[in-house]
Amino acid sequence: MCLGIPGELVRFVADQPDLALVEVSGVGRRINVALLADEQLQPGDWVLVHVGFALSKISETEAQAVLAYLEEMGQPYADELDALRTSNIG
Amino acid sequence: MRFVDEYRDAGRARALAGQIAARCRPGREYKFMEVCGGHTHTIYKHGLEDYLPENVTLVHGPGCPVCVIPMGRVDDAIHIAEQPDVIMTSFGDMMRVPGGQSSFLDAKAAGADIRMVYSPLDALKIARQNPHRRVVFMAIGFETTAPSTAMTVLRAAEQGVDNFSVFCNHVTIIPAIKAILDSPDLRLDGFLGPGHVSTVIGCRPYDFIAREHGKPLVVAGFEPLDILQSVHMLLGQLADGRCEVENQYARVVPEDGNPIALAAIARVMRLRPYFEWRGLGFIPYSALGMADEYAAFDAERLFEVPGIRVADPKACQCGEVLKGVLKPWECKVFGTACTPETPIGTCMVSAEGACAAYYNFGRFSRERVREATRV
Repeated sequence: MCLGIPGELVRFVADQPDLALVEVSGVGRRINVALLADEQLQPGDWVLVHVGFALSKISETEAQAVLAYLEEMGQPYADELDALRTSNIG
Repeated sequence: MRFVDEYRDAGRARALAGQIAARCRPGREYKFMEVCGGHTHTIYKHGLEDYLPENVTLVHGPGCPVCVIPMGRVDDAIHIAEQPDVIMTSFGDMMRVPGGQSSFLDAKAAGADIRMVYSPLDALKIARQNPHRRVVFMAIGFETTAPSTAMTVLRAAEQGVDNFSVFCNHVTIIPAIKAILDSPDLRLDGFLGPGHVSTVIGCRPYDFIAREHGKPLVVAGFEPLDILQSVHMLLGQLADGRCEVENQYARVVPEDGNPIALAAIARVMRLRPYFEWRGLGFIPYSALGMADEYAAFDAERLFEVPGIRVADPKACQCGEVLKGVLKPWECKVFGTACTPETPIGTCMVSAEGACAAYYNFGRFSRERVREATRV
């Protein structure tokens, strides 16, 4: 649960400015982006996702490095992605 | 992979190891605490201790949110889960954490409706979908996670969801570091500061560690080279006679943290006068409860909570491991009675727990090799 997972912002959800579709390791999920309201997020930006919320904006370089770190982690990352797949916030 | 090389390059790691050795004064022992469980994981996984000179030791701190939950709080949560019409929700990591009587998994098998969620927002959705049930989210975590709970409560209030509440167990990192600094058991020379917590709180809250306790702190990233570089920075401060808070992880951690996240916590939660930490005992102002204004979302006010206090099992030495006094393998039950499959202590449950990290990766560490060759 403590993991921050990088995701790429695909698009904002219509009529819900706090929500965006974010793709994390091939899993597309709605993520709450209200904590980054000051960052003027755009599609194509990378964010660190933690328990359904985007916690910080990061560069693509950083995102790739964190992804590699998580993939090496093995089971805990697989568990986190499984949990993310069940997530359906709205 | 091009991007990763920047943080993984073995040549750079060896070069840094050389620079670290050059900064150490011969004959002096250096002991640094990595506060965050994510760092512990990287250190064991990559065998980073083997890159450090013999007189530099890394000790593990209390920064694993699952590990510091006292058994009594698990029993309290199970008591709530067993009340009529309740759906208890929490993160997957909580499911196997042993309470005094049982774990969430055991209670679920015995008939309680306990569900794993990825996000507190998923718990809120379950509440909306089940208007005749009372949905409780067992919230755990440091400042990394507390804003998510706070934002979820704000959303529940906005949407008028009146069957959702939070059993709040959020803890704050600064008082725990303070407790460790005040503990006579351990003399530390500096800290590797937590990465993700600092994205929320920023770097300023650590100032007192440098100013009042005279210990340097470097906020560190999670890559192997991040950690080696942070150790190098700590040694640099000691060599120069400086004592500051430095940010090695500036590519992710803003100096002032995340003001929106901090405002959400401040609005929805209040510091508790005291809270029990597993192994560390009661620490004043170290945890968050729900603010009076949000009492309607506070499971502790909506349900009768027994407030059970359970002493840790005698065999378990999680407390000493969380304070960095013992290395995981020095615990009497490590790897024998206590394993990730059948954990006795919380440090063995979570992947960020020092014991689980060592059990999974740490078998070839420097100390172990030394131990083995001595016999």
